[in-house]
Amino acid sequence: MDTTSAKPGIKHHLTIALAGNPNAGKTTLFNSLTGLKQKVANYPGVTVERKQGAWQLNGSAATLIDLPGLYSLDATSMDEQIARDVITGKISGVEKPDAIIAVVDATNLERNLYLVTQLFEFGVPVVVALTMIDAFEKQKHEIDITKFSELLGVPVVAVNAKSGRGRDELSKKIHTVIARQPKIPYELNGASENGGPHGKIFARYNFISNVVQESVKHNDRHEHKVSEKIDRVLTHKIFGLVILIGVLLFVFQTIFSWASLPMDLLDQGFGAIGDFVRSEMPPGILTDLIVDGIIAGVGGVLVFLPQILLLFLFISLLEDTGYMARAAFLMDKLMSRVGLHGKAFLPLMSSFACAIPGIMATRTIENRRDRFATILIAPFMSCSARLPVYTLMIAAFFVGQTVFGFISMAAVLMLSMYALGMLVAVAVAFILKRTILKAPPPPFIMELPPYRVPNFRTVFQNMLTRAWLFVKRAGTVILTISIILWALMYFPRSGQLPVASGQATAASEVETRPVGSVSTTEVQTESEQLKHSFAGKLGHAIEPVIKPLGFDWKVGVALIASFAAREVLVSTLSIIYNVGKDENEQSQTLISAIKDAKTDDGAPAWTPLKALTLMVFFVLAMQCMSTLAIVRRETNSWRWPIFMTAYMTGLAYVAALLTYQGGTLLGFQ
Amino acid sequence: MQNTSDVVESLRLTNLPIGADARVVSVNGEGRVIRRLLEMGLIPGVSVKVIKTAPFGDPIEVRVRGYSLAMRKNEADSIEVSI
Repeated sequence: MDTTSAKPGIKHHLTIALAGNPNAGKTTLFNSLTGLKQKVANYPGVTVERKQGAWQLNGSAATLIDLPGLYSLDATSMDEQIARDVITGKISGVEKPDAIIAVVDATNLERNLYLVTQLFEFGVPVVVALTMIDAFEKQKHEIDITKFSELLGVPVVAVNAKSGRGRDELSKKIHTVIARQPKIPYELNGASENGGPHGKIFARYNFISNVVQESVKHNDRHEHKVSEKIDRVLTHKIFGLVILIGVLLFVFQTIFSWASLPMDLLDQGFGAIGDFVRSEMPPGILTDLIVDGIIAGVGGVLVFLPQILLLFLFISLLEDTGYMARAAFLMDKLMSRVGLHGKAFLPLMSSFACAIPGIMATRTIENRRDRFATILIAPFMSCSARLPVYTLMIAAFFVGQTVFGFISMAAVLMLSMYALGMLVAVAVAFILKRTILKAPPPPFIMELPPYRVPNFRTVFQNMLTRAWLFVKRAGTVILTISIILWALMYFPRSGQLPVASGQATAASEVETRPVGSVSTTEVQTESEQLKHSFAGKLGHAIEPVIKPLGFDWKVGVALIASFAAREVLVSTLSIIYNVGKDENEQSQTLISAIKDAKTDDGAPAWTPLKALTLMVFFVLAMQCMSTLAIVRRETNSWRWPIFMTAYMTGLAYVAALLTYQGGTLLGFQ
Repeated sequence: MQNTSDVVESLRLTNLPIGADARVVSVNGEGRVIRRLLEMGLIPGVSVKVIKTAPFGDPIEVRVRGYSLAMRKNEADSIEVSI
């Protein structure tokens, strides 16, 4: 007979929750206790992260839940509501915790203890883990831990995640508190009557002040000297802004230069996998689906992964050093002019590299409406996938031209595209915050945490977790859209296509072509297939709509295909103009094909004005299935991504129409 | 002539000169914002100091209970302090 499980009162498997203020060192402690045995998901129905890990507690296994960082349990934000529900055992699938480890930053005792007093009031067994104790001692403060613990009425353990200090003691203390009903060490009854509506808050802080006064000796009152000195420069009226711009430039420069090699490798890797599958499988629809639909489609998105990873790395670093909060502090005034929160600044900046990490980084914005407004304008920031489109159009029509004789036309156009995106974003945010996302100006009450050297393991783990979340979350949507787009271009099969005249066939027979190149016949077949596919028909169908923009049905096909990702425009144009899908945006063959292309009535298909119109369209249109997928996940409904696609495409259409028709009226070509 | 020495001068946190030591007298108003300010430790009797103003004039950085808190002048306006 199993006697251990029959013991009354003692459960075999424990559930422990970690609760603490943001920046208290909670995540670092969680990582050091659980190692790599952790799972990240969302709580049902919301986008609050649910982090869980396995912890070996004196031989028995325990589940450790990492609650979101919070200042209070009063349920005014989603994070607080969820934390409250976890603690009271109201969330299905999550066991009510047997005990809570309250993570308390020793260098910021009073405010950190506020949450602890609230935990007392919930009647859950609590053990206090005192973090940042090294920094605390370095500041020449002293704490009498025995007395501190006595006054609080719960065990207190000083921990250091790096050295492992306190880890064993923590698990021992957990066992001593479990199944013991804690007492509230101060008078709460009557507090609400005597102190007005906020009497409880006063009672908690009065208790805290007494505890700290009796157990802590501050020997040096200038505790935050270092951070204050750093801030003299980093939040300086002039240097602060200059440095912020410098940091952003550095981040972008690094992302673009470091990511290009792994991106090329991934691109070639997916190509090689595709070739391998094609050579190993019998030709047919299934092979085409796997190679052209799945491998090429999903590969086209995963190619951006190095960039996304690097961006996540920088965001994590900026967060953990404490700089993120300073950026919000510096930019809040400007952001609030359009009704956004200072915290929206960095997510929007990140979106210049890629909107996906930017959108995921908006989670730090507490107010739902502010957060959604930020998400809705993030894709207007010209991301790196637009660059191939801009580059191709500039290379074909504007290269070598100058403005006022000395400024390069290419640079002017590039800058204008970025500026256009930002201007529209500001205008849209302004309108959104006064209409569908109407709300009073959001409060801005934000801690400026002391600067800290980041824990590299936490940063690295953070980066991997977020990147994995992106792949997992966006994966199914990306796969589905890839397959749909592939099918649109693949069906109907027109059997033996009427390829090539006899001359061309003869030419290709005698042609001695280099290994790996594609024969003219093959390229033409591909092009013919696309023309007769559903996508081709759709291109024809939307031609009347895009004709006022100066585009013919071939561009229509490319617009449809590039809904997968913006840079797909380049390869689709290559196929449709018979130059083979492997041409890139700098290919002379593709550029001259575009220049020589004729519409069905024989007029030139492209002019500089049409190229400009296409660029304008791409600044504003929501041509990215990954963004769509991530917005669906982050807002937890299909309503927002659909709205986003509709309004962005609408705006893009109107702006392109104005560009083309306006340009034509002014006599441009 | 005005005699200010025996009158406790009461002013808003917004108008507190940078670097001056002060004490919170009251936090006026209701709702989530006021509640959050109190929860962050800004209760009557606690000492506060304005550290700096952001480059564009808003928000401000305040030192309270040994840590730094940023808030807009709009929020700081509901906090009454005395030097």
